Amino acid sequence: MATPRDTISHAIRQAAAQGRPAVVGFMTAGFPDKAGFRASLASIASAADVVEIGIPFTDPMADGMTIQRASRASLEGGFTLPWLLAELEAMQPRPQAPLLLMSYLNPLLAYGLDRLPAAVAKAGVAGFIIPDLPYEESAEVRTALDSHGLALVQMVTPVTPPERLKMLCEASQGFVYAVTMTGTTGRNVAVPEDVLAYMDRVRAVSPVPVCAGFGIRSAEQVGRMQGHVDGVVVGSALVEVLERREDPAAFIKSLR
Amino acid sequence: MRIEGLKIDREALLAQALRGAFPDARGRYGPFGGRYVPETLVPALDRLEAGMRAHLHEPGFRAEFESELRTWVGRPTPLTLARELSRRWGAEVWLKREDLAHTGAHKINNSIGQALLAKRLGAKRIVAETGAGQHGVATAAACARLGMPCVVYMGSVDMERQAPNVGRMKLLGAEVVPVTSGDQTLRAAIDEALRDWVSDPDGTYYLIGSAIGPHPYPYLVREFQSVIGLEARAQMLGQAGALPDVAVACVGGGSNAIGLFHPFVKDLGVKLLGLEAGGTGAGLGENAASIAYGTPGVLQGCYSLLLQDPHGQIQETHSVSAGLDYPGVGPEHALLASIGRVTYEGAGDDESLEALAECCQAEGILPAIESAHAFAGAKRFARANPGSRILIGLSGRGDKDMPTLQRTLLKGRL
Repeated sequence: MATPRDTISHAIRQAAAQGRPAVVGFMTAGFPDKAGFRASLASIASAADVVEIGIPFTDPMADGMTIQRASRASLEGGFTLPWLLAELEAMQPRPQAPLLLMSYLNPLLAYGLDRLPAAVAKAGVAGFIIPDLPYEESAEVRTALDSHGLALVQMVTPVTPPERLKMLCEASQGFVYAVTMTGTTGRNVAVPEDVLAYMDRVRAVSPVPVCAGFGIRSAEQVGRMQGHVDGVVVGSALVEVLERREDPAAFIKSLR
Repeated sequence: MRIEGLKIDREALLAQALRGAFPDARGRYGPFGGRYVPETLVPALDRLEAGMRAHLHEPGFRAEFESELRTWVGRPTPLTLARELSRRWGAEVWLKREDLAHTGAHKINNSIGQALLAKRLGAKRIVAETGAGQHGVATAAACARLGMPCVVYMGSVDMERQAPNVGRMKLLGAEVVPVTSGDQTLRAAIDEALRDWVSDPDGTYYLIGSAIGPHPYPYLVREFQSVIGLEARAQMLGQAGALPDVAVACVGGGSNAIGLFHPFVKDLGVKLLGLEAGGTGAGLGENAASIAYGTPGVLQGCYSLLLQDPHGQIQETHSVSAGLDYPGVGPEHALLASIGRVTYEGAGDDESLEALAECCQAEGILPAIESAHAFAGAKRFARANPGSRILIGLSGRGDKDMPTLQRTLLKGRL
């Protein structure tokens, strides 16, 4: 039987089969407000191949200004993980695209690793991205998520040494998140030849699809990546669309 | 103390601590510590750890470090018998005078040590965070000494309450970047310094100022700060003729405290007492006492005790002292607390300011507000244990606190 995490790689490969990079659309849960959450998620899920839902944290050290600002606003609006899970469970119809949660480790520890996997699986979540959990510290989380077939997506970066790159790709589930640059999320990134060469190196050793993320904002960038990645993660740019209260589905479609 | 609920074998961990087994190969102090960072920083931390192992105990590096401590920092710092405090408190009170170290606090021991290491590792620039400004000033000075560019991140709230130190950093050639995100104090400054480092993990060296952060930083900071306790232990034997009954230090992240305590951990006859910022009360947001009121969690690279809400969101803290105003504590302190080798208590804002005033009047020494927390705790200990021999870590001088003191003590708040 297919596990939740298989739905992620399946969705990405399906997009690739149509000759286009998959789009993983990111949103900060509870931003710009709690009331609009389900509508925003439904819109993003109608256009993106996978949705990454960010759990706000007070100290998002890997994130740039946009996601810091959105996280803070969401927390001030009363966000909690139990609220998010209740929203997801209540959502009708369920989003078509597989759902990933992006969270720093501490809110997950506070929820309790013993009860987290069952609770998120029940809410229809297929896996996690945890940006401050390097592979070496991940055994406990990995075991917990395995019990419900949930993915733990690994990140790799341009400064990851070759042997480590191979190890991380082999350990990654759902897809491997190839960070385009050293730095935080949200800065505009050019896509020079060396970034494409790096994506090719990741793809050569990865048994799961490769999605490029950090600084992806335009159709031009996505076009440059075509053939070098299986998908792209669109984060800060999409959060800015939500902030301006524009249509996220239209923005995602404009990237293709 | 909520850590009593932790499922750990306290006796086994204590035995390991006494053997010097921590940090272990994974950078753990029992359950605490570790390395929780974005993937971009993993190779940089691997290089730092390898470089540290190659240089830290290498004779050439030791000689260079010790020469800088002697001829530039002004070590060894004196041990002073506090005659009048001894008389008033009915105790024998000794002060380890880190306030007399170059730049005015213990921070310089770590800054010059790590800057020397950064230079050996080929770093092109140094970034640092600062709360009270003492670590920023020390790092700016060390970078000037070694000819390295230096950027210091400082919360905008702290820039106001520690204004004299901002000017000092600039004079010493550092670029001071105000941090307006998050809580605009030390914790937000660390987040920004980490973001800077993530942007250039190859050329930049992050010179952290407290015994916190991902492995190997808590160990590295302890190694450079242990000079405080090593000197104090020898000076006590030489000048007092005996080890102290208790050694007392203030604890924010915990760098001066681990530096003072570590060389005494095996001396089981010496009690160790850490004072956290009790602020204005016991409620969330009223203090910065992570051991007294915290629960285990991960912040800024390590697993330790944190002031957080039930959903794992980090709480804003309060202390009259910028240097103690941090919602976490170094992982080794979390271990020493959980195995009972060190006792941690809170000292409130008013009690600490009162202790600062008393030290000024009795000894002719203006301690930093941070250090004044240790005096408040020492006084309590003296009252409860008449006639005891007390060693206080006087971690820094209070000149930088004049804006706060003008608003409080000098306006007749007490």
